[in-house]
Amino acid sequence: MPRHVVATVDEIAPGTCKIVSVAGREIGVFNVDRTFYALINRCPHEGAPLCRGPILGRFESDHPGEYRLTRIGEMLRCPWHGWEFDIKTGQSWCHPDSVKARSYPVTVLDGETLAKGPFVAETVAVTVERNYVVLEL
Amino acid sequence: MQVLVPYLDEYWRAHVLMRGLERDNYGLAAVPANAPINVRPDWKPAKGAAGTDPDLLCQQALDGFATRFAICNVLHGAQAIFSEDLSAAFCRAINDWVAAEYLDRDPRLRASIVVPMHSAELAAREIERKAEDTRFVQVLVLEMGELPLGRRQHWPIFRAAERFDLPIGIHAGSSFRHPPTNLGWPSYYLEDYVAWSTGFAGVLNSLISEGVFVEFPRLKVVLMESGVTWLPAWMWRANKTWRGIRAEVPWLEKSPADYAREHVRLTVQPFDAPPRADQLQRVLEEIGCDDMLLFASDYPHWHYDGTDALPDGLPADLTRKILVDNALKTYPRLSL
Amino acid sequence: MNVTVLDRQPDTDTQSQLGFVDCDVHPYTKSPSDLDPFLPERWREHRRTIGARSRSAFSAAPNYPRMSPGTGMRTDSWPADGSHPGSDLDLMRAQLLDAFGVAYGMMMPLLGRGGDERNVEFGAALCAAANDWQAALWCDREPRLKASVQITTEYTEAAIREIEKRAGDRRFTQVMIPPRGLEPLGRRRYWPILEACAANGFPIALHLGGTSGHPSTGGGHPSFYHEEHPSYPQSKEALVTSLVIEGVFEHIPNLRVVLVEGGFAWLPSLSWRLDKHFQRLRAEVPHLKKLPSEYIRDHIWVSTQPIEEPERPQDLLATFEWIGWDRIMFSTDYPHWDQDDPRYAIKVPIPEVEKQKLFRGNALAFYGLD
Repeated sequence: MPRHVVATVDEIAPGTCKIVSVAGREIGVFNVDRTFYALINRCPHEGAPLCRGPILGRFESDHPGEYRLTRIGEMLRCPWHGWEFDIKTGQSWCHPDSVKARSYPVTVLDGETLAKGPFVAETVAVTVERNYVVLEL
Repeated sequence: MQVLVPYLDEYWRAHVLMRGLERDNYGLAAVPANAPINVRPDWKPAKGAAGTDPDLLCQQALDGFATRFAICNVLHGAQAIFSEDLSAAFCRAINDWVAAEYLDRDPRLRASIVVPMHSAELAAREIERKAEDTRFVQVLVLEMGELPLGRRQHWPIFRAAERFDLPIGIHAGSSFRHPPTNLGWPSYYLEDYVAWSTGFAGVLNSLISEGVFVEFPRLKVVLMESGVTWLPAWMWRANKTWRGIRAEVPWLEKSPADYAREHVRLTVQPFDAPPRADQLQRVLEEIGCDDMLLFASDYPHWHYDGTDALPDGLPADLTRKILVDNALKTYPRLSL
Repeated sequence: MNVTVLDRQPDTDTQSQLGFVDCDVHPYTKSPSDLDPFLPERWREHRRTIGARSRSAFSAAPNYPRMSPGTGMRTDSWPADGSHPGSDLDLMRAQLLDAFGVAYGMMMPLLGRGGDERNVEFGAALCAAANDWQAALWCDREPRLKASVQITTEYTEAAIREIEKRAGDRRFTQVMIPPRGLEPLGRRRYWPILEACAANGFPIALHLGGTSGHPSTGGGHPSFYHEEHPSYPQSKEALVTSLVIEGVFEHIPNLRVVLVEGGFAWLPSLSWRLDKHFQRLRAEVPHLKKLPSEYIRDHIWVSTQPIEEPERPQDLLATFEWIGWDRIMFSTDYPHWDQDDPRYAIKVPIPEVEKQKLFRGNALAFYGLD
């Protein structure tokens, strides 16, 4: 699978997302606590630009009236209808087994390794001193 | 009211008689006693209101349908009285009256415990008192009261009912603390009647959103005289809502329709059936659960003639479940 | 759901639904003072001091807080300058009108406050200002956008004056009446207003909203927006029931009604229920000469948003067929959170003839466009 260099590691701060265009697709690249994840920027529900939604935690409860916030920074809420997705897996909250946003494997590679090729870097200049976020499609 | 006086305790009997309350008519405005829909002509006794003659009821509602068990639901304004203690006193009298005048008369009869809707604490006490008599198989509340039924203020009622394996029977109608529609007060009884099915959507939204079935996982509710065919549209909208607004009610572990299929039952009178057989078939598929429907004659209300109580075209195995199996599963006390 | 949905593709190859008529678009003001240029000084002063007063606890916030900022806007529709979604015409063009080649967008401003405002003269002034604002700032700058006449249902003479004033102005294609007023809309006290709508060639749009003070359910006030949002179909059911049973359509035979943003899956079963119980209770309503379902068929249209999402997608087609393919009109509800995208909203293929009706033909006919 071709490697697409989409950003330097420093470019996407923890807790943020950069939307990149790769092989005709818009993909959101997320930095969750210094690990990178990638989801297609299209909600499986009605095609909304999913990755423009807010990054949140999981609002959970075992019992009416009790509330628990977990996995802070690991959930994505669709900007339109509010469906919640696990950034790490793309699974929807409500139908985790059957409704997912497509996710893509992401790796971090240093410039020297990358320079040995092959890779595609349409918008990012690759130098040996830096580290890069790489998508495999 | 007169018939209840002997069943009041000494204090309340003296109190009621002093105030002349036994002469007042506490029939529910939501169920006009003589409206055609509430009185099938051949079910009206020679004297008195429909449903007030126990022998006639046994002959018409039980013999007429070869019924094994019939659950008596007393629709009365006692549940709507503003004074909680007076309401509770009348509800106690109703429950003792129905036991003596109906349940004692025919072994096929069962009843719902009528409770003061506006005091959960007194309602729970009455459930505990009457549950000792296992011929009481359900707790009866009206569809529309002062607060949506799912609100936590009602939870003592659900706690008591669940403890005794009593479903909550929610009957169409209103204590008219509020207009029956969110647009205000309609002019006609026909509008009120039609509004009952709409109101049940609000009931289910409340019960489910508040987490009643999370807090009381063994509880079942039976929607009575709600219509049936409104249910799929409610399911679709409730599920759609949940997928986007879930975070407001994070205790919900599954979709509203899934909660309904597990915890909610509906009596089939009236069915509000569609004109075409293919539409009926599709609506049943959309409901997607054969366990939900319970047979009801709705005696003495007038939804059909003769014993033609079910729509044409129901599959045979579903009919059997409607007539027998679903009720036995919903009301564990029927098998005692 | 039993379908794994990863890469949503548009449901049709031809995208022939583009170039549609959007029956529900929401323009917003950038600030509360945007209506001031259209208000007499007396009311500008009133707005600044006393302000809007409804039958609810909060002076401005809705009874039920929404799940996204701006009281329930899609989070990607905020203009760059931070003003309210829907307040920027250029962004509305980019995200809706130009993006989908929209033929016409029917505006439903949630501004005039309808019957909400307890000071009915102020309410009437706000409605007139909202109408002038729509015409000047939106229709005149963007001919694809059409306006709705805002009126206050609680001040009959002013409402009729406003309807008559806008009659014949091609920028206005309907009268918008927030459904939740003091009484159900079919009640006789509202007939003069409904008569004026029909007499002046306006259909009426019954969008959701209105703060009547009555609880959102017949059983009291719900706790959650999770209950409030699905109470909008309940309003529509009561509206249809009231208009039909009160005999509005018998009395005003040329009145046409579009129900906006209330869903529609409830309409067939309501029709069956009305017909059934009408048979038993006909003596109460001798003014009705036809079955309720016949009045519904002749006078009621529905918009599609929020699109119904049956567990089995094909049940949506059956629902459309039961209502009638000529009675359904597409809407987005831009820029609210629950808005629909014309490419992806309908998850089952529709035959081309019916598709053209739903996305264009029915609305062009209903609004007398082209």
